[in-house]
Amino acid sequence: MGEQMAGAGIDLPQGTLDLLILRTLAPGAQHGWAISERIHQVSSKVLQVRQGSLYPALHRLERRGWIKARWGASENNRKAKYYELTKSGRKQLEAEQDEWVKLAAAVARVLGTA
Amino acid sequence: MRDLRMRMRAVLRRSEVEREMEEELRFHFEAQVQKMVGEGVDRGEAMRLARLAIGGTEQIKEECRDARGVRLVETVWQDVRYGWRSLRKSPGFTVVAILTLTLGIGVNTALFTIVHGVLLNPLPFPRPERLVSLWEKNVLDDGQFNVVSGGVFGDWQKQAKSFEQMALVGEGTANLSGDGGALPESIGTRQCSFNLFSILGVPPAMGRFFAKEDDGPSATATVVLTNALWKRRYGSDPGIVGKTILLDGRKYTVIGVLPAWFDYPDARVQLWQPVRHEVSEADMRSRGNHRFFVTARLKDGVSVEKASSELNGIQQRNHRQFPGELMGKGARAELLSEDLVRDVREPLYVLLGAVGCVLLIACLNVANLFMARVTARRKEIAVRAALGGSRWRIIQERVTESLLLTFAGGGLGTLLAWVTLRWLVALRADLPHAGAIHLDRFALAFTFAITIFCGVVAGLLPALAVTRNELVGALKEESRSMAGAQGRARLRKVLLTAEVALTVVLLIGGGLLLKSFSQLRSVNMGCKTDDVLTMGFTLPESKYETDTQRAEFFAELLRRARAMPGVKEASIVSVLPGAGHFFDNTFQIEGAAPLPPGQFRNAVIRGADPDYFAAMHIPLKRGRIFAEEDHRAADDNAMVITESMAKEFFDGEDPIGKHLKIEWQGAPRFEIVGIVGDVLSDLDRPVEPTMYLPLNSGRLEYGSLVVMASAGRDVTTQALPMQKVIAGMNPDLAVSDVLTMEERIGKSTESAMFDAVLVLLFAVMGLVLAAVGLYGLLSYLVTERTNEIGIRMALGAQRGEVMQIMFLDGLRPTGLGLLVGLFAGGVCAQLIRSLLFGVEPVDAQIFAVVAAVVLGISMAACMYPAWRAARVDPMTALRCE
Repeated sequence: MGEQMAGAGIDLPQGTLDLLILRTLAPGAQHGWAISERIHQVSSKVLQVRQGSLYPALHRLERRGWIKARWGASENNRKAKYYELTKSGRKQLEAEQDEWVKLAAAVARVLGTA
Repeated sequence: MRDLRMRMRAVLRRSEVEREMEEELRFHFEAQVQKMVGEGVDRGEAMRLARLAIGGTEQIKEECRDARGVRLVETVWQDVRYGWRSLRKSPGFTVVAILTLTLGIGVNTALFTIVHGVLLNPLPFPRPERLVSLWEKNVLDDGQFNVVSGGVFGDWQKQAKSFEQMALVGEGTANLSGDGGALPESIGTRQCSFNLFSILGVPPAMGRFFAKEDDGPSATATVVLTNALWKRRYGSDPGIVGKTILLDGRKYTVIGVLPAWFDYPDARVQLWQPVRHEVSEADMRSRGNHRFFVTARLKDGVSVEKASSELNGIQQRNHRQFPGELMGKGARAELLSEDLVRDVREPLYVLLGAVGCVLLIACLNVANLFMARVTARRKEIAVRAALGGSRWRIIQERVTESLLLTFAGGGLGTLLAWVTLRWLVALRADLPHAGAIHLDRFALAFTFAITIFCGVVAGLLPALAVTRNELVGALKEESRSMAGAQGRARLRKVLLTAEVALTVVLLIGGGLLLKSFSQLRSVNMGCKTDDVLTMGFTLPESKYETDTQRAEFFAELLRRARAMPGVKEASIVSVLPGAGHFFDNTFQIEGAAPLPPGQFRNAVIRGADPDYFAAMHIPLKRGRIFAEEDHRAADDNAMVITESMAKEFFDGEDPIGKHLKIEWQGAPRFEIVGIVGDVLSDLDRPVEPTMYLPLNSGRLEYGSLVVMASAGRDVTTQALPMQKVIAGMNPDLAVSDVLTMEERIGKSTESAMFDAVLVLLFAVMGLVLAAVGLYGLLSYLVTERTNEIGIRMALGAQRGEVMQIMFLDGLRPTGLGLLVGLFAGGVCAQLIRSLLFGVEPVDAQIFAVVAAVVLGISMAACMYPAWRAARVDPMTALRCE
């Protein structure tokens, strides 16, 4: 099932969104809004993750045990739910990153020679 | 683990989790608005854009819930509530379905519990798989096995290495008396080697068991009571140990009481005695006198097969070593549990099969009922499917509703099973380990399993059928077309065919068993059986040691009995017709060629007084009956033999005048003076060659009094007077089994009747269910085709024609089911062949009757709906949809 991206019209497979979220959480814990903003910024505004995709993904990742959540105070002292990577999450991030790199290279080779 | 915790939290703290989601989404929304405001967008505009970006909050929440994986639990709960409401709204359907299921599940649980308790549950002893019983090959070398003699047991005990210990068990009866005013009673006893209870691993409930010192001819007489006897006759007396009781007039000291759970080998055995104290030394040494069961415990690491073949080898050597002895050529060992359940195993499995059929029929019926409901709602379901509802969701709904019903049926069924079990166990005291039959966790697990099975089957079939691609057809106005109605009914017709087939199989089984029972009951015994009163007694050795004493007792009893008013005939025979094989012995014929070593002449022995034959209408074929005067000397007495004995041993010659020597102590000699007609020893076995000795030879210590009343009088009124006569002669002598011959025959055919009646009962249940199902199906078809009927009538069809069409529509699946059932019934009948007596598995009469009954009931069931179809008013029919 493809995720809808506003504006860019690029469909990301479910697994890729998970990878992006895990990567975004690598430096430290963030809440949902921050995660979506960060992905938007770092991808040079190409990728915009909607709530409709983000939050189900976050719940899924939490269920798999790769991230864990806690409630805390946000920058402007509002209550927000922060997510951070667990140990197995970090391992999963590494594994998925490796896989992604390999996949991207392979696809590029095929496209290059085609 | 975290996953589970998350799910649990999501289910249990639902509102909290919902609130958190709400807050999180709101935070995101506000942050987005803030960002846009920061970029210069008007706040109101920013909020609108943000709302657009979010889309549907509910949908997001739904997807989050989905991601949390609690969807199933929530939807199931929703379905349960919905199903409960919809079942309450149609009470008729609900009640019928629940009753059907209660019946099916209830009888299945009851039978399973019995099968499990009797057949599958190991004996209540520690490590029961190490317990074996040992058998000797039959002397006649016919492939059967026999009980063991004391001498052979001794040989085995010395030579066999596969067993830890072995013990003998002998059967007997005794007259129990001597406790104040209580009447003497005849009880079943067992005599055993002192180590039997340690082999079985039973601890005493009170006192102790036999020690080696008790197991000898000169030991003090000791006895161990069963718990049941202790409770019943001695009122659970806590001081019973050390008290004295009288058995056959001799004093015995009670040294112990068995625990309450010990009902081995069955409930009829009431006390145990040490075998070497009860049985003479000569008998214990004799290799030819076969009378003992042997129980043993295998050594660790030895398998039953290994032990069996070792034993066989030992006995073969034994036989070669003592060729003159009356021994078998081999032996075997088998599991102790095997021995106990052999006779009841097959009937129980047959009953289990029958009851399984009932369950299937019940399931199919409920599935049929469900089909009716579901088809009525097919438009609604089609609409849901068109709007994106998942097929599995619909199926889940149906199955949930059906599981609600089956759980209700299962609960009530368990109650029914409990009641049924108590009744059944009270009825059949001969079931081994009957005490172990109760609703334990296995039975409950079984009930649970079949409940789920029923629910899934009854819910799944209709759900699958209805959610197939006909959905589109349902949305279109196909209800007017014949094809639509018939297609929808197809599954129901298939279900009905299956129901009818199963019912036919049950009816055939029940019919065959019933005919078999009736054949058994009406077997010609060879003697008079109506208006004959009988009672049995055993003369204890203590008071009647010599032959003369016994002969005197018999003669006196006959004299007194015949003198009673209202008595037409009174006679004594050692063993009544139909009472079993009991006693046989080998003999030699004087003047005949001696048989090669290892072969013997053997016949059943009975004792009777001279008037017995005439009284019992046993015909005298040739010669004469022995008379009082014939008793000349111990080695010159007279006897009569039966026709079958004459045929087997004297074929071609005239037996009358020949002399026989019975290979007994003292080798008495008899002259054959007459030939009488045969009498059956067992109802379901062919006649056995028998010889009748005069009662006044006094050889036999047990007897049955046979009394016939004079014309016009009821023979049962003689029961009490006769018992008083016997009590008058010896107050310690107990009388057993005071029954008429008819009652005796009834008792021995009891289990056959039981099986037949049960299977027929199940068959009738199945038939009722199938009939109801057929009625429902045809009513449904008529309703569905009302439109079509209207058209036909408008086009000129007669009422009679319409009725015929509907009739045939209902009869077609029934007819098909009947054919399938007859075929399957024929196959199943072969399986129960060994239970049938005097009936062939494919009995034309039974099959014809079953077919007629099923067709008749089906036609009756179709009658009302078909008649209703004929009464349809074409105008109304055409107008309705």
